[in-house]
Amino acid sequence: MCLGFPGQIVELEDIMATVDIAGTKREVSIMILPDEVVLGDWVMVHAGMAIAKMDPEEAQKTLQVLQEFADGLDD
Amino acid sequence: MASMIEGFRNAELCSKLVRQILKEATGSYRFMEVCGSHTMAIARFGIKSLLPENIELVSGPGCPVCVTPQCEIDALFEIAEKGAVIVTFGDMMRVPGSKGVSLQKMKSEGADVRIVFSPLDTIKIAAETDKEVVFVGIGFETTAPAVASLALTAKKAGIKNISITPYSKTMPEVLGLLLSDENLKINGFICPGHVTAVTGLSLYEPVVSAGMSAVVTGFEPVDILTSILEMVRQTNNGEFKAVNSYSRVVADEGNAKARSVIDEVYYKKGCWWRGIGYIEDSGLAFRDEYAEYDAFKKFDVSLQGDDEIEGCSCGEVLKGYIKPSSCSLFGTACTPESPVGPCMVSSEGACAALYKYS
Ligand code: SF4
Repeated sequence: MCLGFPGQIVELEDIMATVDIAGTKREVSIMILPDEVVLGDWVMVHAGMAIAKMDPEEAQKTLQVLQEFADGLDD
Repeated sequence: MASMIEGFRNAELCSKLVRQILKEATGSYRFMEVCGSHTMAIARFGIKSLLPENIELVSGPGCPVCVTPQCEIDALFEIAEKGAVIVTFGDMMRVPGSKGVSLQKMKSEGADVRIVFSPLDTIKIAAETDKEVVFVGIGFETTAPAVASLALTAKKAGIKNISITPYSKTMPEVLGLLLSDENLKINGFICPGHVTAVTGLSLYEPVVSAGMSAVVTGFEPVDILTSILEMVRQTNNGEFKAVNSYSRVVADEGNAKARSVIDEVYYKKGCWWRGIGYIEDSGLAFRDEYAEYDAFKKFDVSLQGDDEIEGCSCGEVLKGYIKPSSCSLFGTACTPESPVGPCMVSSEGACAALYKYS
């Protein structure tokens, strides 16, 4: 039950959202999500609840820093 | 985001990270992961085979199914025998009771057992029956808000035929116990990404004060290797800090809304961890206002019994003392098809993860 699934919001209604998790549509609750979300946002889903909004920019930044670091290594 | 995941699986980046780890790891290191999903990811991506011998990865008590005491599991079967509808995550289906039963077996013999994705699905199930409906409320901080939300929603709607097994546990206290364990020479923790999404980074202050590193990370190979490199560096420098390498999901301050839902429904109470023992304040019990949702109270179950399974070394495995393969039953008497101990039952258990991918 600890597995988290990243999903993209495809429908929003009040405290419920429909998210696309790797091609499967799931109804999830956004009741405990601290941030506002809009259609197209990515959320981390646990036990049917979105527990965090995901940040593609942060993901990009992390990868970029790592890539730069890796490029700077001598082979 | 989907293509982003590819980035965190990038083979070239992985091999560069591994090479750098090899270069910088001049001492000897022991790192522990305390999340079942990390245990699985490490096994699945073969991370251990990429690392030099002087870096040891050990699994800690990160699987909620594995640390739930046998008598509490038996209590669930007692409730099912009384005719309640049991609603559960799939992981619980094969967990054996001390008398050899399991939810799977009971279901095949006619018991009403439903597997759900979300605790909130219990609301719909309860509306369609007059029977008592019991949700198996297992998990750590990540799952506890969802389980608490079920109690909240049921109370608001005045639903009376729902109750929840009070299995929820919390991380800080068991981490504290590991820190004070002199047999366990750990240099750092690969911290559970999604637990931290709820608790925030402050959870690891005691780890850092105890002179160990704490890196919160995701579940892809690049994530895990990055965390190992960071921990090697911190150990080498002797300068420890909590680092959030999983900022794409985890906010440093965690999720206050999720914590307040937990606080509304539960209070912290001492509880038993299978193979580990009693830990003060490490469990979540229903507050008086929500006492009617406590399935153990509602069904007046007896919580008695012995947790010892002959020959099973789960206790040592859960505390990171030994590797699963050092248990004499591993892979012979104990396999995922016929598990002896809880660490082999749950797919997130250290024994099951090692068995599946070795
Ligand atoms: S291999 Fe089986 S018996 Fe041995 S510790 Fe793991 S679960 Fe217990």
